[in-house]
This record gives sequence, structure tokens and C-alpha cells, in this order.
Amino acid sequence: MTDPQKGPVAEADLHAYVDGFLPEARRAEVEHHLAANPHEAERVRAYLKLNETLHALFDPVLDEPRPRRTRVLQRGRHRTAEHYAAVIAGLIVGGVIGWVARDLDTKMPSQDEDFVKQAAMAHAVYTPEVRHPVEVSANEEQHLVNWLSKRLGSDLKVPHLSQLGYDLVGGRLLPGKQGPVAQFMYQDSKGQRLTLYVRTSGETTEETSFRYDRQGKVGVFFWIDGPLGYALTGELNKPDLLRVAKAIYQQLNP
Amino acid sequence: MGKAEEITAHIPRLRRYARALTGNRDAADDLVQDTLERAWSRFHLWRHGSDLRAWLFTIMHNLFINHTRTRNRESDFALEEEAFAVPVSPAHDALVELKQLDAALRQLPSEQREVVLLVGLEQMSYESVARVLGIPLGTVMSRLFRGRERLRNLLHGKASVSQLKVVK
Repeated sequence: MTDPQKGPVAEADLHAYVDGFLPEARRAEVEHHLAANPHEAERVRAYLKLNETLHALFDPVLDEPRPRRTRVLQRGRHRTAEHYAAVIAGLIVGGVIGWVARDLDTKMPSQDEDFVKQAAMAHAVYTPEVRHPVEVSANEEQHLVNWLSKRLGSDLKVPHLSQLGYDLVGGRLLPGKQGPVAQFMYQDSKGQRLTLYVRTSGETTEETSFRYDRQGKVGVFFWIDGPLGYALTGELNKPDLLRVAKAIYQQLNP
Repeated sequence: MGKAEEITAHIPRLRRYARALTGNRDAADDLVQDTLERAWSRFHLWRHGSDLRAWLFTIMHNLFINHTRTRNRESDFALEEEAFAVPVSPAHDALVELKQLDAALRQLPSEQREVVLLVGLEQMSYESVARVLGIPLGTVMSRLFRGRERLRNLLHGKASVSQLKVVK
């Protein structure tokens, strides 16, 4: 049933819903509409799946080493582009395998350990990136949130850390062991970067306290809060990193 | 950031789009290369502070239109295995799905393919797509509706899509 007050749900609404462009209120109306219209709901699911498959099919290209022919911009550039391209290509092959094989998920002995490792790895890969540290930048924050929320199937919020001196750079979608994972990146005035890695934790709904682990140069605070798991990673000392983690937790639980 | 860095930052996404658009590694590399050369030589025309990504994609779109106009109609639909090579095959069904989508994309008229990809892959807003392609917003929407519905039908084994259901 469509409430005439709110305007009927049109084809454009369905697509905007799929693409994460709808404001919260309208999104709820579309969901309401879909619940009552199984044929359209099926179509919307197919479109969502289509976007996902497009990414699975073509995202690997993002991280392929550049062909020799794309030379025009390499003058004056040192090792950065090629160097990172190679590093990322290697890691992403693994990521793609993870993505493709995510339905075949093998049980790991310690999910936490995996989670922390993945967060630290994603941090190490993307924070040095000058070319494309994020997929969607902070100036499209609303779109970023909608898009990642849709992909993770959970309502995400982006904490703002400007008071602590960290501005949002943007975010990206990454393949995780249990499906898509979001990474938000922050940067202070000196270029120091922090990442917040967010995954859905399936049916788990219990909260955990902050736990800390060190992976090489970086420290990781991680915790579970309702349906989402968070890992904050940075090359900060433990007290400083904890300060940021607490600020994030407080913003997400006002 | 220097001009090289600014443009370079967009190369991976230009490559992804070009690959999806052409379905062919060599054609995609050529398209990216031409786009970069043109952007490089006309960088002074880019208004600083405006959307560089949109500007680059506009250049690529124009080149793509020129390429496809001069090329044989056939090659537009040519499918190259290598273009969507996926490193390993742990999940057979997932791979089949990827290949099917790639094949279905080739059967889409290129103007619908562009819209479906700019929205679905690039996550570009409908307004940006309209600007990049130089078409009205309404045209973007109708191409998106048709393109997605056609892909859905192709992937579900219904070969031709004459019965597009318009839901108002």
C-alpha cells in the first residue's frame, strides 16, 4: 500500500534505492513499498546483485599494474605509482579470491585474529596511496555512507574526528572474509593517516570491550558493537589511539 | 598536487571503466591512453576546483563515441576471453556469473552500457552522468531503466527484451 501523502514509488525511486541515493525517509518508504510488491522487490534485488557483480568483475582492473603504454604521466614520478601498483596487485589478487570465494568461507580458528590482520593489512595497503587512497572522497560523504551501508547491508555512520585533528579523507569497499567490508580513512595536518575498518558480524549482537593488538608498526583497537565490528588502525602510541577509539565509540553511541 | 599526480590518481578508475565499456584489454588500454594524452595536452582547459573525474570521463566518453563510430560494428560485440580473466576459480558458479554478465554487457547498446557502468560501477550521481555524457537527466534515467532490465533478462535467460515493464 502506498501512502498518497508521500507520493507513489516510481521507477526512478527503485533505481535511486539500488544506488544508495535516497534520503533515509524515502528509503524507508521504498522498502515499505517493496514489502508489498514482491515482483518489484525481486527486480530490485536483481539490480543490486548486478551492481555487486559489476564490481566483482571489474574492480580487479583498478589494481592491475599499469601497462607499459600508459607512460605519458610517468615523467617526473619516482617509484610510487609502479611500486604501489605492484604491492596492491599482489594483495588484491588475494582479495578478489576472497571475494569470489566468500560463499565458501572456511572456518578460521580465530575470527578476531583474522579481523585484526585484515584491518592492519588494509591499513598498510591504502594509507601510503597517493593515487587513490579512497574510492569515494569525503566531499561526497552522504553518498559514501549510503553506498557502503547498502553494500554491507547495515546502516553505517561515519564518525567525525576533526576535534582530534583528523579529517575524513573518504572510504572504500573491500572484500572481507565474511562479505564486504568498509574502510574509512582519516588524516591529520601532518599527513598521518588512521583507518577505521568496519564489518558486519553476522548474527552477533553482543558488545565487547576495546581490545588492543599490535601488528608490526601499527596498533589496532577493535571492538564489536551490535551488528558491526570495528577496528581502528594507526601508527600511534596506545594511549593516543585509545583516545580516538573512545571518541569513535561515543559518537556511534550518543 | 602537481598536474601529473592529479590526473594519475584517476587512472585506475578510467581503466576499470574502459575495460567494462569495451570488454577488451587492448581496446581499453588504447582508450585510456588516448584519454590521458588528451587530458594532458588540454589540462589548461580544466577549471581548477571543478570535478576532475567528471572532466576525464567526459573526454573518455567522447573518444569512445569516436572510436565506436569508426570501428566495425562487429568488433563492438566481440568478446575476448582474456578481458575478464579472473585469477583462480575457487567458486565455479561465481565465475560463471561473472562471465555471463560480461557477455550480457556486450549485448547492450553502448549508450545503455555507459549509463549502467557509470552509475553501477563508478557510483556516479545521475546528474554527473548527465553532464559527462552531455544528455538530459531524463535520458540518463530511461537508459538506466532499459539497460538494467535488459541485463536482468539476459542473465535470466530471456534473450530479447521487448516486454519492458514500465512501473509508474
